[in-house]
Amino acid sequence: MSDLINLSLTDQILGLTDRSFSSKEITEAYLSEIKKKKSLNCFISIFEEECKENALIADENIIKNKARPLEGIPIAHKDIFCIKDKKTTCGSKMLSNFVSPYSSEVFTKLDDAGAITLGKTNMDEFAMGSSNETSFYGNVLNPINEKLSPGGSSGGSAAAVRANLCSFATATDTGGSIRQPASFCGVTGIKPTYGRVSRWGMIAFASSLDQAGIIAKNAKDAAIALKYMSGFDQKDSTSLNEEVKDFQKEVDANQDHVIGIPKELIENIKNDQVRDSFNNSISILEKDGAKIEEINLPHIEYSLPAYYVIAPAECSANLARYDGIRFGHRSNSVSSLEDLYVNSRTEGFGKEVKNRIFIGTFCLSAGYYDAFYNKALKIRNLIKNDFDEAFKKVSSIAMPTCSNSSFELGSISDPVEMYEQDIYTIPANLAGLPAISIPSGTANDMPIGLQLIGNYLDEGRILNLANKFQKLTDFHEFK
Amino acid sequence: MSSNNWQPVIGLEVHVQLATKTKLFSSSPIAFGAEPNTQASEIDLGLPGVLPVLNKEAISHALKFGCAINAEISEKVIFARKNYFYPDLPKGYQISQLDDPIVGKGSVEIKLGDKSKIIGVTRAHLEEDAGKSIHDLYSNNSAIDLNRAGTCLLEIVSEPDLSSAKEAVEYLKKIHSIVTFLGISDGDMSQGSMRCDANVSVKKPNDQELGTRTELKNINSFKFVEKAIIFEIDRQIKELEKGKEIIQETRLYDSKKNLTRSMRSKEEANDYRYFPEPDLIPIKISKDQINDVRNNLPELPEIMKERFMNSYELSDDNAELVTINKETASFFEEVLSYEVSAKNAVNWITGDLFALINKNDTNISESKVNPKHIAEIIQNIEDQKISGPSAKKLLEIVWNEGGEIQKLIQKEGLEQISNDDEIEKILDEVISENQKQFEQLKSGKDRLQGFFVGQVMKKTSGSASPQVVNKLLKDKLSK
Repeated sequence: MSDLINLSLTDQILGLTDRSFSSKEITEAYLSEIKKKKSLNCFISIFEEECKENALIADENIIKNKARPLEGIPIAHKDIFCIKDKKTTCGSKMLSNFVSPYSSEVFTKLDDAGAITLGKTNMDEFAMGSSNETSFYGNVLNPINEKLSPGGSSGGSAAAVRANLCSFATATDTGGSIRQPASFCGVTGIKPTYGRVSRWGMIAFASSLDQAGIIAKNAKDAAIALKYMSGFDQKDSTSLNEEVKDFQKEVDANQDHVIGIPKELIENIKNDQVRDSFNNSISILEKDGAKIEEINLPHIEYSLPAYYVIAPAECSANLARYDGIRFGHRSNSVSSLEDLYVNSRTEGFGKEVKNRIFIGTFCLSAGYYDAFYNKALKIRNLIKNDFDEAFKKVSSIAMPTCSNSSFELGSISDPVEMYEQDIYTIPANLAGLPAISIPSGTANDMPIGLQLIGNYLDEGRILNLANKFQKLTDFHEFK
Repeated sequence: MSSNNWQPVIGLEVHVQLATKTKLFSSSPIAFGAEPNTQASEIDLGLPGVLPVLNKEAISHALKFGCAINAEISEKVIFARKNYFYPDLPKGYQISQLDDPIVGKGSVEIKLGDKSKIIGVTRAHLEEDAGKSIHDLYSNNSAIDLNRAGTCLLEIVSEPDLSSAKEAVEYLKKIHSIVTFLGISDGDMSQGSMRCDANVSVKKPNDQELGTRTELKNINSFKFVEKAIIFEIDRQIKELEKGKEIIQETRLYDSKKNLTRSMRSKEEANDYRYFPEPDLIPIKISKDQINDVRNNLPELPEIMKERFMNSYELSDDNAELVTINKETASFFEEVLSYEVSAKNAVNWITGDLFALINKNDTNISESKVNPKHIAEIIQNIEDQKISGPSAKKLLEIVWNEGGEIQKLIQKEGLEQISNDDEIEKILDEVISENQKQFEQLKSGKDRLQGFFVGQVMKKTSGSASPQVVNKLLKDKLSK
């Protein structure tokens, strides 16, 4: 049955519908693969019995012709999404005992669409990290080369898709946490427009930047999964009350593309293999008929510092609720209220989370607010304007996902060097734009990704372009 | 007296709990006195992944207040996070407003004897309330009740325009009357629906600059506001006269000892690290919306008072008394709907009924006496069916037990004897029992007239008509 897990989502849906195989078979195939590849450390929880039962229900629905769109498809959720009565840890000791009394909208939507939840994937603690090494549950290994990092923070989801441990996985992206691990693991990852997918029940890191998305085998699969995850939710005031286009149709539609290339940024790529691969990808698309336009994004170089003020600032407030009072880790050595706070948080949070809380608290402090936070917001606006200008003449923008391919686990100890992982992914978060990473070649024998950034609400366009690229190339195929 | 050389400067911050059906950012019901932690949802508990959704009713309540005090209304409403740790503050931050408060500059007019004074309102903003910490329930632990967490507060900040404790109380009463007439709060200070902090300083009359102020926290009755401010003014003057300086600090009023004591100084004060709440989008307030609120504003106390003076020919004092609060005003108008004279209605309400209310420390809406009772009592007196003393007795019965007036008159035998023959018989009895006094009365000792009327009333348990007794007595004297 191991061939079932290699199939694309599209083929799995077809096979289930025409009853070539059952959900029971495919679910059990994934469960046995998960066991076999336990050492990759992709999962924090696995719901073995429950998903077997759900597979039987799915098979009944299929027989009764009552199949829902994703009926019986085994998937994985990043452990940042709350699921009722399930442990939801966010990769942290702080929440290692937290059983959520309610479910996230992302889980509910995919559950309602018939998907089967195999388990919850490992991640950097509170989604803060680019290597999956900050997880309380230990780092995930890159399935292609186990000495290397799968990327982060959604490293568990990317590695699980790459290792054929689920059909697709949910993930979140605050500064690149979907696209960078997708790039490192040679899979497809899309972060939709900010507000496209409800954040209800998704544990917050930086509220104005956090967005849920999908990691899948290819753009077509990602389009289908995203379609059933998107939509307005009145429980999330920042969710967009906009029509969700049929991404499944759009991904295959006949569309013309004008691709913007930020010339200066591309010229400054230090890694030759990354630059050559990028130029190669663009010429493939150009040969296929896409128009290429040079664009200018003058403020994009300030993305990283702006992001590392805004994200920690929001995180410092978002993580204040973990105080040991109502849920989560509570220290045993407490003799005063202050002890309760200090010791619970000191013990419950890892080093990187603490770093960011400190940075954020500092940036918001009296006397520093204008110098840091306010200035960062201004830069954010300038970057938004840069993109708005560019999208007047192009339909999508291309750049690499990362400046390098995966690195060895434990090799980066300088936090700032780690932060630089996000240099090409952050601008889309700051501007709230949709962006996808697709495999586009290799550097040091490891996959690297091509990033396509779309205009506001235009996920369909970048999915279409990504699909076009994947029809012309085989970088996305698992070998 | 030294205090003549000093001029107090006072500003009040009044927290009004808005009478909304649900909380400011969650759909939890608001109910006072419910079992602890039964009115708190996952949002109020600040669980990981929850998001706030603004209650529109709170916006409309705040707009009503803004229009009632002729204030500037902000075109957009922005919420901000106010960060501090406290066990009954679930998220580690309070969602409040900093810039662009919903209500900007406005004013109210207060009465001081014959004079009136305009008091500026700096701003009024919306914010969520915290829960409650209970320290006396368990010997070694504190308990947290989050029922109140997230309820809607309107914080009304005055200009430092108040120059005595009396003025502060009048201002507070004015705010109380406005919010209750608008129906946006029950204004019940004993249940914490209205709480007050006072900023107090003193200066020499000719000083341009204000003195150093102290902030008095949580003074929760009109009486304590007055006492706390009087104490604090006195304390500050004594310190200054001793040549000491006033320390800018927060002080707590101890109502048992009638003094204020230092809580924390400015150095220990929190840096709240305000920043715009990223989970909520700015709310736009349109001109139409404001006009709509303005045009549908309920009748406010001053306007109602004027109307009462004009339509019912009430004196200034009487009109003031029946418009003391919304409940009394509508009670009064309902009594009038039974077509009794306004003068009698005012006298009964502000006389005997108010006496009972004050004696029992309650309010008009909680008493068993309803407007129909008062109207029927008045009608029975006007029709000479019961005497004044019987009417008072009736009111006491209704106050204690309720019931129907007509039935009670019969049951208690309070029907007035206005039959001349019957009364004459009793009067004859009284005269024959008091021959000596009757002779004295005949010979001109007029004050004995009351004695005879009284004796007849006594024999008839107050049910004889005093007018008839007087008439008959006069007849007998002239014989």
